[in-house]
Amino acid sequence: MTSPGESHSPAKATEPSNRQEPSHNALTTSDSGGVMGDRVFSGLALLAGVAILITLAFVAIFLSFNSVGAVYREEEGLILRQFLEYAYPLVIGTLIASLIALVLATPVAVGVALYISHFSPPRLSKSIGYLIDLLAAIPSVVYGAWGMSFLGPALVPVYGWLHQHLGFIPLFAGNPSQTGRTIFTAGVVLGVMILPIITSVCREIFIQTPKLHEEAALALGATRWEMITMAVFPFARAGIISGVMLGLGRALGETMAVALVLSPGLLTASLISSGNSTIPAEIALGFPEAPPGSERQAQLIAIGLVLFVITLIVNMTARWIVNRHKDFSGAN
Amino acid sequence: MSQTQQQLTSASVEGPAGPARQNDFDPSSILRPTSLTQNRMPWWTGLAVLAVSALFGAALSSLISFNFALWFVFTAVLYVMISYAVTRAKVNRRQARDKMWKNLVYLAFIIALLPLFSVIWSVTSIGIPGLLEPGFLASDMQGIDGTTDQRSQEEGAPVLGGIRHALVGSLLITLTATFISVPIGLMTSIYLVEYARGGKLSRAITFFVDVMTGIPSIVAGLFGAAAMGWFLGVGNSLGLPLPSRSTMGITAAIALSVLMIPVVVRTTEEMLRVVPNELREASYALGVRKWRTILKVVIPTAISGIAAGVTLAIARVIGETAPILVTAGFVVSNNWNLFQGWMTALPVYIFRQFQNPTSPNFSDPSHQRAWAAALVLIIIVMGLNLTARIIATIFAPKKTGR
Repeated sequence: MTSPGESHSPAKATEPSNRQEPSHNALTTSDSGGVMGDRVFSGLALLAGVAILITLAFVAIFLSFNSVGAVYREEEGLILRQFLEYAYPLVIGTLIASLIALVLATPVAVGVALYISHFSPPRLSKSIGYLIDLLAAIPSVVYGAWGMSFLGPALVPVYGWLHQHLGFIPLFAGNPSQTGRTIFTAGVVLGVMILPIITSVCREIFIQTPKLHEEAALALGATRWEMITMAVFPFARAGIISGVMLGLGRALGETMAVALVLSPGLLTASLISSGNSTIPAEIALGFPEAPPGSERQAQLIAIGLVLFVITLIVNMTARWIVNRHKDFSGAN
Repeated sequence: MSQTQQQLTSASVEGPAGPARQNDFDPSSILRPTSLTQNRMPWWTGLAVLAVSALFGAALSSLISFNFALWFVFTAVLYVMISYAVTRAKVNRRQARDKMWKNLVYLAFIIALLPLFSVIWSVTSIGIPGLLEPGFLASDMQGIDGTTDQRSQEEGAPVLGGIRHALVGSLLITLTATFISVPIGLMTSIYLVEYARGGKLSRAITFFVDVMTGIPSIVAGLFGAAAMGWFLGVGNSLGLPLPSRSTMGITAAIALSVLMIPVVVRTTEEMLRVVPNELREASYALGVRKWRTILKVVIPTAISGIAAGVTLAIARVIGETAPILVTAGFVVSNNWNLFQGWMTALPVYIFRQFQNPTSPNFSDPSHQRAWAAALVLIIIVMGLNLTARIIATIFAPKKTGR
């Protein structure tokens, strides 16, 4: 067998040997350890990455495995119907609270982001951004305490007024709460909590609007607001949507604020009387009391799984929107 | 005199090429025609509108029942409406719309600041008396029951009890979570930045790390409890000497790691990506192995950003309540052992003091303790945030002077 490679190899081998220096070279002699180090290090890095995927898979597996007891009883077989009857008021309550939060927070958050990116004095805009980020730094339990002790009582007269004048709408029917610990108060607190999230995503994307587009709009005689609607918003649409979705994801899973603010009860359409509950609050209030291995615990883990799936869908949609528009908007 | 007059007239007829240019003719009348400036409003218009709307706002709110919140609302609404109307009458519709939206954006900013100041004000104003109570930081809740709180509320005895056990629990749990998640998070971001070449696996990891940032904290807590319960069940059936109940500090640390890892990955990945490629190439050119390059060149360059990111991640998880509540429970006394027995963290302490006051009928002392603990927690979290910013700015790699 004579191949061109073989005929070359002796020449290649002899060539360096001709000019090889007989000394120990530290760079080449200790190399075998270096190869090992490279392998071990890259292996560890890969392992860490895979570990994250496995953890996420384990979250899903463990939750499903432990929630079997909620939908299956040995004597009766599947009790899916029973579980659904337990779960659906909680799901709807969670959605109501998150929806209130979104409706209140989105316009304010977009406004604040616009203020930071286009209206505030340029030298101050960074510090103002930090100020808004402080809202995100406050722990959720503190928000819960604030909502329970300050916001709730402050909203009681508002609820009374709404009930008096708009009581014919089912949303404002029923007995107005005297402590203010209602699903609406919880929604307001959630809105405050997701405000900095939506703001920071929107701010990032507003800042990235091409300067040329903005200047072109202004040069054509557009007012500042017309420039924003014509140049900034079309560019940032995907970013705004994904910011709102991320905020929704946070609002859905927020526990402590709701657990403290809301005095939970049965599902009602009224926003101003006590009642309704959300999945995270239900788990936080019920789990410490549930004996391990009981059906109650399985039930709580099962609604936790429902919450996990809902937030997973919301977050994946948000990321998907961002990734789809990545090429021409830079929202990442 | 009459001759120059004559020249000027002829020049204006002849056009700019004429000799009239040398005369005292004001060019600004051409450069700045009055039509562009005539639609401007005097500078005091905004103030005047604000004064008028404040006045009417006060009047309207006192029609119902005067309070500052109502006054603020009416003033804001009136200000936006009146300034729109004035601009529309004086200038034009487009400028009026611009003005209105500008006012609304400013209003949004003020609205966003209100809860921030309200929260900080309420926590500091109520929390400080509790914090100044002697022994608040140095004692735990052992021996504090309904009667001691009743004495405090009814007879004015000092409020006893403190947060030492909660501080210990928070410290242990958060540190353990940091020790678990920083190596995993850092190695993952090294994989993403240095080793992965945009393959399927790296894209999957990036995507799922993003998804993981959105996991509800309570779900992370449930995962921790369920996973540890399963692990202990298997271990016990094999006859290993393990505790029988999964409620302990290490479970909470695992649950917090689930929340912390994605934050660490995101921030460190960003920091590793901004390390200039020239540094890596220079290192390779000297014959240095890749792993040595990463350890000796890439990470030291990015270390300030990494440290800041880790500090921010700690700040995020130290305020988490729900996962610790369902995994570590709550006790009244000190527990230094992560692997045995229940453990209280500071946020859980706050939650319990509000939700289940030590004495249900005399809840004031409990609330005072809770607000003081909330103040301590806010100080810790804000301090960590500040530290992160300081680390990021002071220890940032030099950008010039190479």
